[in-house]
Amino acid sequence: MAYSAEFQESLEKIEASRNGRLGQGFPKLNLADKTSLLETYHPDFRMAEKREIRVGPNRGSVAPNELVDLLESPSRLAPEVVDLTKVDFRTDVLVIGSGGGGVTAALTAKECGAEVLLATKLRLGDSNTIMAEGGIAAATLPEDSPVIHYVDTIVGGRGKNIPELVEALVNDAPFIVEWLTSLGVNFDRLPDGAYYAHMPAGHSRRRSHSVKDITGLEFMRVLCDEVRNREIDVLEFSPAVELIMDDRGQCAGAVLFNFDTEQYFCVEAKATILATGGMGRLHPQGFPTSNHYGATADGVVMAYRAGAALLYIDFVQYHPTGIAWPEQMLGLLVSEAVRAQGAQVVNVDGDMFVDRLETRDALSAAIIRECGERGKGVLTPTGMVGIWLDTPLIDVMGGERTFLRRFAGIHSRFKKYDIDPIHEPILIYPTQHYQNGGIRVNVDGETDIPSLYASGEAAGGVHGHNRLGANSLVDIFVFGRRSGMHAAQKVKGVKIGRLSLDHVSAYRDSLREANINSGKSSPMLLPDYRFEKALSTVQHTKGR
Amino acid sequence: MLPDIIKMIPIYIMGRKYEVPQGLTILKAMEFAGYRVKRGCGCRGGVCGACVTLYRRKGTYQLNFGLACQTVIEPDMYLMQLPFVPANKAVYSIKNLRANDSAIAKLYPELMRCLQCNTCTKACPMELDVMGYVAAAMRGDLKNVVELSIECVMCGVCAARCPAELSPFNIALLIRRMYGKHVIPPSPQLGERLKEISGGEFEEQLQELKRADEAEILEKFKEFQATKGEAAIELGRGKDDYASNAH
Repeated sequence: MAYSAEFQESLEKIEASRNGRLGQGFPKLNLADKTSLLETYHPDFRMAEKREIRVGPNRGSVAPNELVDLLESPSRLAPEVVDLTKVDFRTDVLVIGSGGGGVTAALTAKECGAEVLLATKLRLGDSNTIMAEGGIAAATLPEDSPVIHYVDTIVGGRGKNIPELVEALVNDAPFIVEWLTSLGVNFDRLPDGAYYAHMPAGHSRRRSHSVKDITGLEFMRVLCDEVRNREIDVLEFSPAVELIMDDRGQCAGAVLFNFDTEQYFCVEAKATILATGGMGRLHPQGFPTSNHYGATADGVVMAYRAGAALLYIDFVQYHPTGIAWPEQMLGLLVSEAVRAQGAQVVNVDGDMFVDRLETRDALSAAIIRECGERGKGVLTPTGMVGIWLDTPLIDVMGGERTFLRRFAGIHSRFKKYDIDPIHEPILIYPTQHYQNGGIRVNVDGETDIPSLYASGEAAGGVHGHNRLGANSLVDIFVFGRRSGMHAAQKVKGVKIGRLSLDHVSAYRDSLREANINSGKSSPMLLPDYRFEKALSTVQHTKGR
Repeated sequence: MLPDIIKMIPIYIMGRKYEVPQGLTILKAMEFAGYRVKRGCGCRGGVCGACVTLYRRKGTYQLNFGLACQTVIEPDMYLMQLPFVPANKAVYSIKNLRANDSAIAKLYPELMRCLQCNTCTKACPMELDVMGYVAAAMRGDLKNVVELSIECVMCGVCAARCPAELSPFNIALLIRRMYGKHVIPPSPQLGERLKEISGGEFEEQLQELKRADEAEILEKFKEFQATKGEAAIELGRGKDDYASNAH
């Protein structure tokens, strides 16, 4: 849908001020101003919206309020309603989640001879992976090496990454590209078969391997097809609601929920792999998200209740240029290259308020301030607010057809809704993008709990405090494969004892003892967007 | 209370009338009406194909298909979601396949029943040239199938509508995998790199880095940044950036 009448007044102001802004910068923030801006407005620094967790393995450390609410809630499952003497499915390896990490773990465990059951909340393949546009990082080109990839990843993660995990990541990455190619993924290639790689921000070499701008879609189509070809048992629309433990203290499967019949059922497994993704749909601090419908941190909540520690769970990645209009693309990303190419960041009156080349964190903070306290945001007909990214400047500065040459994908996405970013600006607002931390794991994906593994966004440590672009697509495959391989070996020696949900009752008791009553239950399974919650209002524009 | 700026319009979900705010997508309109969607919703970003919806505009006879997360409601739209299509999918070993038309015909013999009626293309919510790639598949032109079908979101509507009972989306998937595995030549550079890693070529440097402090790592980073050769480019660019380089 084109810009409706509500936008016209502001659009005219943008048009009117464009020539005057041409070639103008906005004074860059000095260090003191930037620090104060971040501390007042950046989501990571707004301690009022994070708090200490009062129970469980990470008691005393902080996390976003929305996640703490779930960690401090009793289970949605009353342990008494489940009869653990009646097991509905028995398997060697239970994989929970069917994004890149889960599907890879399932394929690998099967390949290594284990019996596998793959359970997933939505359809097979529905995940954040399928939405990944950009590419997968791997040091495959001669001018690159795992050593350079290692250094880039650690610097991006602010030095907090777990070194052994990064070592595994960079060493395995080229093998993953080989594996995906052998399954029939159509990577962008040169005529001689060499990979055509890109250099995303924060990387020092060209190493992001893409499939046009639908990299994740191509991966998931191929991998899900392979799951069907290998005849792996798949349970769709069957989210896990709690892990099952045994009297030997190891994880022994999970209780699943049939979304269609609303029945619980038990899976007994010698090893369980959580590949349940991140927390985007909790909307930390009220932000829109680039994540898919099921990203509600279920795996993090279940593992935590069973006693697994979390790492860096308070670090959440926000992208400054999420789409605020049209409604259909709310929260999805606009490449940062659009700013690099000349698009200025402009308020409702057509005035600049921040330099377009400020870093991600500072720009996000400035936009939040402008829309909030300063009241200079643009209100949309569906109740969202945003700031203009003045894309027409790209052709004005770079010459006709520059935008189309650089950003054909963005152009065609907006044209579907009668918005022409060559001649009209784009409305943006920061969006939640990635859970940097997660369940603590070792290089084989093992958590603190015997026979429980985690891989992908659900796990934490490899990205430190901040993930680099293109490193998540490689993370899911590297640790999906490692988890699947290790679990398949491990199950040969596992004897399962008496099944139990005692940890679920014990957790409920510890909440009572601590006098905590969140009024909720967890895991969330699906966000609730019914009635007025369907509208994209903004609740996070105030300063600290 | 809804903001005054919001204007309500009527839509019909499976025949029942609801008043919902103008400008919403079908998905959000259903949620506004009170539906908690379980099937029929996935990525909410137009790539997973889970939310395809059948709809008709008042006063017209045509049935249209759109992704619920991408299609904006119109007044008096009649709609129903189509969250599952029981389409045929052949089971095969990608490794043991040959990339040719007889392999395709063996797995999907019904391919040759195509009537060239173009119903698939008209139904495709991604506006792909479905009949075009089916025709290319019949000719054994694998490359053309890859190009025409690469943006398929696997919603299955083509299979649901096809009067000849083909599963075009699954046929295209088979052909894309054949092409990616068996037609594109292997990268000589990747083979070299795998040998280097297996031979432990980077082992010593990585062990040193694992022991290095922050300052040493930053020093290395500066060195690598200084030799990177070209300006960093961000992910997710337009297609023609690499069109000339792609196979």
